[in-house]
This record gives sequence, C-alpha cells and structure tokens, in this order.
Amino acid sequence: MTPPPPADAAVLSTRSLLAGEGHRGGTLPSWAPWGALGGALVFCAAALAALGWFTIALTLVFGALIGIVAVYAWSRAVEGARRAKDRAITMAIASAFAVAMAPLISLLYEVVRRGVQGLSWEFFTSDARGVVGGGGAEHAIVGTLVIAGCAALISVPIGIMAAIYLNEYGRGPLRRALTFFVDVMTGIPSIVAGLFAYALFELFFGPGIQMGIMGSVALSVLMIPIVIRSAEEVLKIVPNHLREASYALGTPKWKTIAKVVLPTAFAGLVTGVMIAIARIVGETAPLLVTTGVVDSLNANPFQGRMQNLAVYAYNEYRSPGVMKQASYDRAWAAALTLIAIVMILNVIARLVYRRYKTETR
Amino acid sequence: MEGRKLRGMFGSQTKPETEEGQNTMSQAGPVTETSSQAPGTVSARRAKTLEAKGVNLYYGDFHAVENVTMTIEPNKVTALIGSSGCGKTTFLRSLNRMHELTPGASVKGDIYLDGEDIYGGGVDPVAVRRLVGMVFQQPNPFPTMSIYDNVAAGLNFNAGKVSKGDKDAVVEKSLRGAHLWDEVKDRLDRPGSGLSGGQQQRLCIARATAVSPEVLLMDEPCSALDPVATLAIEDLIAELKKEYTIAIVTHNMQQAARASDNTAFFNLDESGKPGHLVEIGTTEDIFTRPKQKETEDYVSGRFG
Amino acid sequence: MAHFDTTTNAGQILAAASGGRRRRGDRIFSNAAVVAAVTILALLVGVAVFLVTEGFPALTASSSELPKGESFISYVAPLAFGTCLAGVLAMIIAVPLAIAVALFITHIAPARIAMTLGYLVDLLAAIPSIIYGLWGIFVLGPAAVPVMKWLEEKLGFLPIFEGPASITGRTMLVVGLVLAVMILPIVSAVAREVFSQTPRKLQEGAQALGATRWEMIRTTVLPFGKSSVISGAMLGLGRALGETMAVAIILSVSGGVTFNLISQANPSTIAANVALNFPESSGLAINALIATGLVLFAITLATNFIARMIIARSEVR
Repeated sequence: MTPPPPADAAVLSTRSLLAGEGHRGGTLPSWAPWGALGGALVFCAAALAALGWFTIALTLVFGALIGIVAVYAWSRAVEGARRAKDRAITMAIASAFAVAMAPLISLLYEVVRRGVQGLSWEFFTSDARGVVGGGGAEHAIVGTLVIAGCAALISVPIGIMAAIYLNEYGRGPLRRALTFFVDVMTGIPSIVAGLFAYALFELFFGPGIQMGIMGSVALSVLMIPIVIRSAEEVLKIVPNHLREASYALGTPKWKTIAKVVLPTAFAGLVTGVMIAIARIVGETAPLLVTTGVVDSLNANPFQGRMQNLAVYAYNEYRSPGVMKQASYDRAWAAALTLIAIVMILNVIARLVYRRYKTETR
Repeated sequence: MEGRKLRGMFGSQTKPETEEGQNTMSQAGPVTETSSQAPGTVSARRAKTLEAKGVNLYYGDFHAVENVTMTIEPNKVTALIGSSGCGKTTFLRSLNRMHELTPGASVKGDIYLDGEDIYGGGVDPVAVRRLVGMVFQQPNPFPTMSIYDNVAAGLNFNAGKVSKGDKDAVVEKSLRGAHLWDEVKDRLDRPGSGLSGGQQQRLCIARATAVSPEVLLMDEPCSALDPVATLAIEDLIAELKKEYTIAIVTHNMQQAARASDNTAFFNLDESGKPGHLVEIGTTEDIFTRPKQKETEDYVSGRFG
Repeated sequence: MAHFDTTTNAGQILAAASGGRRRRGDRIFSNAAVVAAVTILALLVGVAVFLVTEGFPALTASSSELPKGESFISYVAPLAFGTCLAGVLAMIIAVPLAIAVALFITHIAPARIAMTLGYLVDLLAAIPSIIYGLWGIFVLGPAAVPVMKWLEEKLGFLPIFEGPASITGRTMLVVGLVLAVMILPIVSAVAREVFSQTPRKLQEGAQALGATRWEMIRTTVLPFGKSSVISGAMLGLGRALGETMAVAIILSVSGGVTFNLISQANPSTIAANVALNFPESSGLAINALIATGLVLFAITLATNFIARMIIARSEVR
C-alpha cells in the first residue's frame, strides 16, 4: 500500500519517517477531539438558539458534524491528510456509537421514571375486574408467568432434543433441512406465530377461541429456534475428547450424551433457556390474537382468556379510562415490571453461567 | 440379561474357563503365545491377545492404513512408532472400534480379541470398548465429576447396580494401580480437573482400568506431560503390563525403547499414500537389528 | 474387598452385550432426537398450511364480502407497501449505525470495556417491543416534532419530507427510527462477529505497511465482513418487516400509499393492521387478516431466505 520511499528519503528527518508518509510532523494534543467536539456542541446550541431552532437532537447532530469537520481540518493542518482522515472517521464511529446508545439510556430512564408512578401494592395484588379506571395487574403478572412457563415446557424439551439431534446424531438431508429451517424459523414474525396458533386452535375449537395455552403455542414457535440455536452452540463446545473418553469406557452413545455431554453443557443450556424465556416473555402481538384481553385473574391456561403484562400495557395505553393519566401510569408500570422480569432473567442466566459453567479445554 | 453378565464381572465369584473359550482360543491359530496360559490360573489376571489381520482403514475415500497384520501380545507392552501421519493412531483406534466414530470412517479386515472377531456380525462396538480400554493424548477427566466419580464413571454408566462398598473397593484399587491413591485419597470428592497434568493422566488410566478391560490402548499418553510426569507414567505402564495387554503409540523413541517389549514401526511412502506396518519385533531387535533399511533409518534418526 | 476376576471369555461378553437393554436405550434416545427434529419441520410446515387453510376463504371471496368492500389484493397492497417502506427505512438508518457500533466495539473501544459495550448493545434486543412502542409514542415522537417541522421547512422540496409535518410525532419517520433501534443489535451482532474474526495476519500486515487504523479497517476488516454484514442487514430487515406493536402504537394510519415520511397520513403495515383490527374482527374479516399474515410470512421468508443464502455462499468460499 505504501509506495517505496522516495529517492530523497535520506534527507527526511527520522522523526518524519517515524511519523509516516504524508505526515507533517506535528501531533495534536490529546484533548483535541474532545475539545473540538465540546466547542462545536456549544457553538451549535448557541447558533440554533439564536435562530429559534434549538432542540437537543439538532444540536447533537450538527455539533458532532461540525466537531468532526473541525478536528479533520485541524489535524490535516498539523498532522497531514491521512492522519486527519483517520481521526475524523474514528470520531464519526464513536459518535455513531453514542447515537446508538442514546435510545437505550433514554428508554430505560423513561420507563423507570414513569413506571414507578404507577407502581403500588395494589398493582401487584389485585386484578381489574369490575374496577373503573383503577385496579391492579396481578392477573396480568400471573398470566405472563403461566403463558411463558407453558411455552418453556413445550419449547425446552423439543428444542434441546433437536439440538442434540443436530449436534450428536444428525447426518444428511434431514440435518441440513433442520439447520436451514431453524434459521428460517428465527425470522417468523411474532404476529404470524400468533395467527398460526389461532388458526390451529380455531380448526379444532371453532372461531373466536382464546385461551392461555394458545399463547404458549404461539410463543413456542418463537422460542424453539432460540433454544435450539443456543443449545447447539453449547453442545458444540463440549470437547469431543470427553465423548471419546466415555465411549472408551464402553458407554453407549445415549448414556454418553445423558451423563457426560449434557452435564458438561448444563450451565450453558440453562443460560440459553433463561435468555430464550426473557426474549418471549414480553411478546405482545401473538398474545393479542390468541389469549385475548381480560380483566380478571385466570391461572388456567386451558380455560378462557388470560391477561398478560405486555397486552395489559398495550390495553391501558390504547383504551385509557376516564382517568387517562392513571391508565398511562399503569401501562408504564407494567412496562417497568416487564423490563424487571427480563433483566432478572438475564442476570440469573449470567449468574448461573458464571457459577456453574464447566471449565473445558 | 446383559446387565447380569456385566454384574457378574464385578462380583466376587470366579468362573472357570468355558469350553467355548478353549475353542475360540484354538481357532485363533497363529496366536501361539496366548495359549501358554494355564487353565488353572483362574485367580491371576489373564491378559488377552489382540490380533490384526489384513486391516485397512479409510476416512471416506482416503486410504489411511494399508493391510496391517500384527499380534499384540498379552502381558507385554507393544509400542507403535513412526513418523506423523503414518496411521499409528488411526490403527490404534481401530483396535477398540473408536475409528468408526469418525464420520465416514470405515474398516476392512479382521481384528481378533482372544480369538473373537471384534468386527464380527452381532458384535456390539460398545461391548468391544468395554474390553479394550483407551487412554488419550490429552488427559481428559470428566470436568463435571469428582476424582472418585471419574474413576467410578465406567461402573456408574455401565455396570447396573454396584454396591457402594464394591465401588469404593474398585476406586481404591484402580487409584492404587495408577500410583495415584496416596496423592488423592484425602480429596476424592474434589473435581478431577483440579489435578496436575500428570495426575490427570494417571486418573484417566485409573478410570480406564476400573472397568477391568482386557487390553489398554494408549495414544501418546505422555506427549502433554513434563519429563517427571512422563517417567511416572512409564513406571506405571511397566506395572500395568503384569495385568494387561498394552499397546502404546509414541513419538518418543527413547520412550519406546525404555517402556516397551515389542515395537511396531509404521511408515508411509509419501504423504497422501496409506501408512503401513514396516516391521514388528522385539524392541531390542527393532532398535539394534532392524530387518528393514527404512526402520534402521528411522530409529537411528535418518528418516525421510 | 471384592475380588475382581475377568476370566469371563471375551466372546461371551461381546455376544452378550449386543442387543438387549443397551441397544434399546440408544434406539429410544436417538428416535426422540429425530422426533424432535421432525416436529420442528412439521411445525414450520404447519404454520404455512394453517395460514393457507384459514386465509384461503378471504383469497377466494368476492370484493363485496370483504371488509372495506375491496378485493383482497387491493386490501393487502397498501399494507405490503407500508410494511416494506417501514422495513427499508429502518434498515437504511440502522445498517450504517450498526456497522459503526460493531467497528467501535471490535476495533476502537479499549479492549477492557468492549465486552461491557457489547452487552449494552445486546440489551437493546432484550427490551420487549411493546416498550419500544410506548417510548416511541410518549418520548421519541414528541421529541421529533420540531425536527420534522424543521425538515419540512428546509427540505420540504424532497417528496419524503413534503409534509405537512405531524404535530403528534406519529409518523413513518419515527416508526423507522424506532424500528432501526430495534434491529440495530441484530445487525451489529452479525457485524461484530465477523469483524472480530478478521484474520489478525491481514490486519497486522496492513499495519506493518504503515496503514492508519482507518486504512487498515477499510482495506481488511470491511472487505472481509462485507457479505456477512449484508446478510445481517437482511436479517434485520426481516425483523423490521414483521414488527408489530411498535408500529401499531406509534403510527397514525390513513391507508394511502405515500412516501411522505413526516405527515399524519401514513400507510399501515400488515403486522400492525392485524394487531389493530384482529380483536374487533369476526368471520371473513379474520380470514382476511390471516391471509395478510400469510403475505407477511412470504415476504419475511423471502428476505430471510436471501440472507441465509448469502451467508451460506460466503461460508462455502
């Protein structure tokens, strides 16, 4: 990439050689990128305010752009074109990262800030039957746990056995087909999974059927591929020499899998399942069409409609009662509860992994 | 029904030689040394002969090992030596039917254990591996198990119900046999992966002997170990051959010379061609009076 | 101590062990694995079959029987358009950001915080879509109103910013932004994976020649990861096409076909349309919604199919 040194290389100073081709010899102070960025942001804020256009979003966008251009110009004058380009692009990438993280921070902040307002003892301990513009979300919390639990009961055995098939037994066309279609399955939109479950149950129970287990079936369609992928991943890293050690003791294959491979992969399997549950526990769309909306507590997945937190949040937002703000508060409280469940599952998953993972070479 | 038979193996009653055994023994023909076993010595361990006849091994279309015929004698250590890629390990893995676990791998020819064709129809490869144990290049204790459970793994997996007392006895005997008992007797419930490399390898040897196989195969068991641990394993091998038939693959010629009674030299003409057995003889003969020029070049360090 | 005797004949054991319980265990276990595998394939076929069966009445029904009294094609077409518009918009916003995020984590951020940053990005994927919807309508939408007004005034000559700018923020642009945030972790996970796998030799080779970091990235990392990033983008697109709740909550829908991203009148998407109308529908209207679901299934299937083909092709090479 770098052309051979020019004939008069000898007359260049060692310093400029060390600095590289096209280098002017100088170096910007280490605070230069930050300084330029800060200056640009302040300048933009002032300029936009003067024009009457001040918003945080525009300030950040233009501030970053101007800051990058400023650093480029400065560096080009002092350090040369190539270094300047490197600096500008590094800054652009870092800004892009910051832009990408901004929604996460804003979202978590807003959910917590607005969610705590709707939280109360009542929120966790009573349902909303016959209550106008009030009540709690106990029925939704119970429903969430029941529906997700049943989905896990369906998905985990099928998913882990399928992963065992892929990793330990599978050969030929069935294996290839399964690998491919599991990938395809990860792309099924959640609403389509919901429509599938509805169509399936409608065929047997007639139109208008809605119950908890239908939601679990819909969620299983979404959960199974996640379980398979993660289980396959952890089974793959169980070293083959452990299987061989077991075979060499005269152990049949199924016992080798059951007593050596699965225990070795145990922590990873549990972690994968937890994360898969965390993924589906907040699904809304498939439950909207399968489990319906209901105000009272129902813990029987085989009988009647069942509320769940995500649908509850949606419903509180969508059809607020006379006390609009109270409904919105409950929607946010449900969102906060949901995020808490997701985060707890993620944290437990990580703790399980750290505590119980098997060191293998 | 098979569970009963297996339990019988770990029970205390002794069984006399059956007629069937005598028959297969005489069928084995060329395996002359084996029949030196006197029928009366039932309580002493009677190691068994492993005999390969015209064995060809393949990975898919690739012909890895060509036409090997050799006898691995009981109560002796047979070293398999040769340059990398000449098929020693592949051949070793065919002796307990581990070779066929590699997808696409196949075997032609016959291998007899105590006169019985282990590739015969109706023979369960899992049963073969019960009789022909293996120790691997990398020490590979089961990471989820304690030292005790590692040694008892074969019994736990395959021997039906074994009483705690019997199991304790097997574990102690195997660990003693592997020269590891004194080092680990106070921490049997600790994970096996906490041991040093050399200890782990001895643990693996104890695990392999705990199921009382007839033959022990060792695939470069010392290549991952330091010299002190290597010597410990070599001492152990010398001890083990009193009870077992042992075949060991090694890259280390001094090790072959030190630790083996017989040596088989494998070679291949060029890369991509199948490996083959050049010659087999007593270790002394192979190292001092090889019949083949190839062998002489190899053992004297002039290979290629 | 027990006495261990192994004079049992080898032949006896070899013969005894074949057949029997041991073999049965293997058979049961491997059959269970195959059954699980086949179940999954059947499930996928089932999804297609049930959607077709239940959607079929709507496909064959006459216009007058269907909701809105128009043929199924003219019912689904604007929805399909809205779906694609939202998906493509999200992809256009998310992909460059996702590449930047991946580069930042793999090549720019100090190694000791890179893991944590990666975890933060993954956290975006863990947040339920309903919460993105609430955040979009209550937080991002209102915040975007002045920006959209600015876009209308300054860039109104472009059809996409034609206006009149929404005063509620329930626009296609906001939907695109929210969907972009939602698919960013998917695209950047793929990109991160492949960027971190760029052979060290190539990278060090470039740097040994005196390349700056950016030159190294441009000449080695980006070309190495190109096809994976494309397929990651397709995966993200597939996810955006099927996203339901965020769109259902945020978008203000009129049903027309327009590229105008900042106005109050937007085409709906298939998924959002189902979520909004399913609870109040019955009879043939439900069949029609299921049929639109089938169309969505086909669109996302095609997208994912293309993505997987790209991955498969790049893996062969």
